[in-house]
Amino acid sequence: MEFTDKDRYTYVIGIADNMLILGQRLGELCGHGPNLETDIALTNIALDLFGQVRSYYQYAAQLVGENKSEDDVAFLRREREYLNALLVEQPNTHFGYVIGRQFLFDVFHLLMLKELVKSNDETLRAIAAKGIKEVSYHQRFSGDWLKRLGDGTEESQHKMQEAMNDLLPYTRELFEMTEADTKAFEAGVGVNLGSLYEQYQEIVQEHLEEATLDMPEELYFKSGGKQGIHSEHMGYILTDMQYMQRTYPQMNW
Amino acid sequence: MNTAQARIDRDLIPILEQVSDPEIPVLTVLDLGVIREAVKEGDEVHIKLTPTYSGCPAMDVIADDLKAALAKHQLKAVVKLVLSPAWSTDWLSEAGKQKMEAYGIAPPLEASADKAALLGEAAIVPCTNCGSKSTRMISQFGSTACKALFQCDDCQEPFDYFKCLK
Repeated sequence: MEFTDKDRYTYVIGIADNMLILGQRLGELCGHGPNLETDIALTNIALDLFGQVRSYYQYAAQLVGENKSEDDVAFLRREREYLNALLVEQPNTHFGYVIGRQFLFDVFHLLMLKELVKSNDETLRAIAAKGIKEVSYHQRFSGDWLKRLGDGTEESQHKMQEAMNDLLPYTRELFEMTEADTKAFEAGVGVNLGSLYEQYQEIVQEHLEEATLDMPEELYFKSGGKQGIHSEHMGYILTDMQYMQRTYPQMNW
Repeated sequence: MNTAQARIDRDLIPILEQVSDPEIPVLTVLDLGVIREAVKEGDEVHIKLTPTYSGCPAMDVIADDLKAALAKHQLKAVVKLVLSPAWSTDWLSEAGKQKMEAYGIAPPLEASADKAALLGEAAIVPCTNCGSKSTRMISQFGSTACKALFQCDDCQEPFDYFKCLK
């Protein structure tokens, strides 16, 4: 089956949008972190994610041609055209949710990048190799906090467990293969996400045990984001993020 | 991949040495090892720059500074950002590590020692102020993406540690 530039574009966007939206969520915490060090850490992680997403979007813009830039790709799409998973758009309800969402994404992100470095696409390989080094630090940060909160006070444990119960149902979507994922995998470009799910669950379970938390029973799971069908939160995120482009169309730095 | 050698024309070195990292001004771009290639072709200089971290905001400033420094010598810089092979702390020059330490930032340790330090297993990043080995990590992320924040238990001074990236 032919793998067109359009397929490649969709695949790249599907990876990258997660980083843009999660970065945006973390950015909301700038100046609002629970303490100075954590505030800086969270915005540093956001910065890493934006750095990575720029590399993906520059590549995506190149694939579209038509003089498109990374900013066009980042800011000038409609909600349905963003392909991030639902997990990353979930709100910063409380610090337990911030850490839970980060940890659940980091574990996925690292597993995915470790496969993406084997891609036959040279650009994706380079971005992934760079990303692995950064995301290892992210997972260390979120994993440490998960432990600290889970194995902390009665209150912190309760809140961390609450966040895990609410967020875990969003994780299976990360491993669903969309049409673009399948095409990319068959072309040797993309990652076989489905094959990583078992390993993912094991890593999450291990960390939860260490944090004296229970692995929530999976009664159902939520998906749709990767097909462009988002939760209610997404509209608000885009409203905030696209504000400058609406006010000053075509602006750039 | 971290043994990749930079390809830099010798006569460009004095000019490139004038450009420093805006966040750590004691380090030149050559100390940092972010210039992977600088080759003169006529009055153009083709430079390949690799970021320390994907989102490092200093990269744009460094690219502009390189253009300005070369323009003084009637040379036009053509700067290209390359990601592969990914930058490693092994590319920091020895002189750079010493300058960094004198400036108050603990230079990266070997990978294994670094891992232990960041996982809180051992406090082995010596204090840049008093040299004490009784230090602890406050945060994995310091004032910039490339640094972690430590504090010395003896002199109480906080200090930055340049994270090991291999």
